[in-house]
Amino acid sequence: MTEQQNKVVDFPGEIKEIPGGGIVLSKLDDVINWARSNSLWPLTFATSCCGIEYMSVAGAKYDFSRFGFEVARASPRQADVIIIAGTIVNKMGPVLKRLYDQMGDPKYVIAMGACAISGGPFFYNTYSVVKGADHIIPVDVYVAGCPPRPEALLHALISLQEKIKKGMTREQIKSGI
Amino acid sequence: MNNEELKIKITELLPSAIFDETGEWLNIHVTPTDWLSFAIQLRNDDLLFFDYLFCLTCIDWTKPAEEKPDLTMVYHFSSTKFRHHIVVKSNLNSSQPQIETVSNIWQTANFLEREVYEMFGVNFLNHPDLRLLILPDGWEGKNPMRKNFEDPINMIKL
Repeated sequence: MTEQQNKVVDFPGEIKEIPGGGIVLSKLDDVINWARSNSLWPLTFATSCCGIEYMSVAGAKYDFSRFGFEVARASPRQADVIIIAGTIVNKMGPVLKRLYDQMGDPKYVIAMGACAISGGPFFYNTYSVVKGADHIIPVDVYVAGCPPRPEALLHALISLQEKIKKGMTREQIKSGI
Repeated sequence: MNNEELKIKITELLPSAIFDETGEWLNIHVTPTDWLSFAIQLRNDDLLFFDYLFCLTCIDWTKPAEEKPDLTMVYHFSSTKFRHHIVVKSNLNSSQPQIETVSNIWQTANFLEREVYEMFGVNFLNHPDLRLLILPDGWEGKNPMRKNFEDPINMIKL
């Protein structure tokens, strides 16, 4: 076994060679974060045109399953990450909050596109639009764009994974992991 | 029927109608008082047979700083049988915008008129269920699509 093959890419820890094999040395918290970050199932939730890009990322061409966002779940109870893809209006606000509350811990939030970040480039100056989804639920990663390209969403998803691996998401800091 | 034939036919039914042919479809201006009887004729006449109301909305022409609303009701009709279309417009009384409902002629008008009621504050006379459609409770009388609508919490005044 060469040195190169021996090094486990991305895995937090090292392999200590002993006669007849090896043992993995790591911290349990790091392993848990590594495992969680590689199996983030998003919630099927989209309120505007960003949802179309989201579907594109879920589809065969971009395919976020490659990075562990295996399947979009239709129930918040089975989802780990909610991607806010689109405008949130005042009537949608309580629904979004409820969905977030129904998700099991640990849970993560991505605000996708200008509407979810700040109310949007078009409809912000109205009676009905929430000026940024972070008025309702805490956001871990923001993706700029209107709508963002599929590559941008993929980048955001991978950024979220890195954030989880480093223990830097809001949830992790709060719970002290 | 083409627009010219429609115009002749409608002039027979309602001599006071004013026509505007600048667009693709024939535009007919009627007064709110003529509207209900004219609408019944549009629906029931054998040669017109406008059985499909595909758009019902309202326009607010109010200029800034004007107190009274300046509203126009707009109805788009087509006939699924003859494939002809018309647009009917009606300028509303600015101090008290109200017009007869057509929800008993075209069922779809029921919801469309409720939307115009909540957004523009037009009172549809004899409507069977005139209450808010999309807006949450507590929005009665606020009419967010009016030009003079103000919401200092959510909106920047431009």
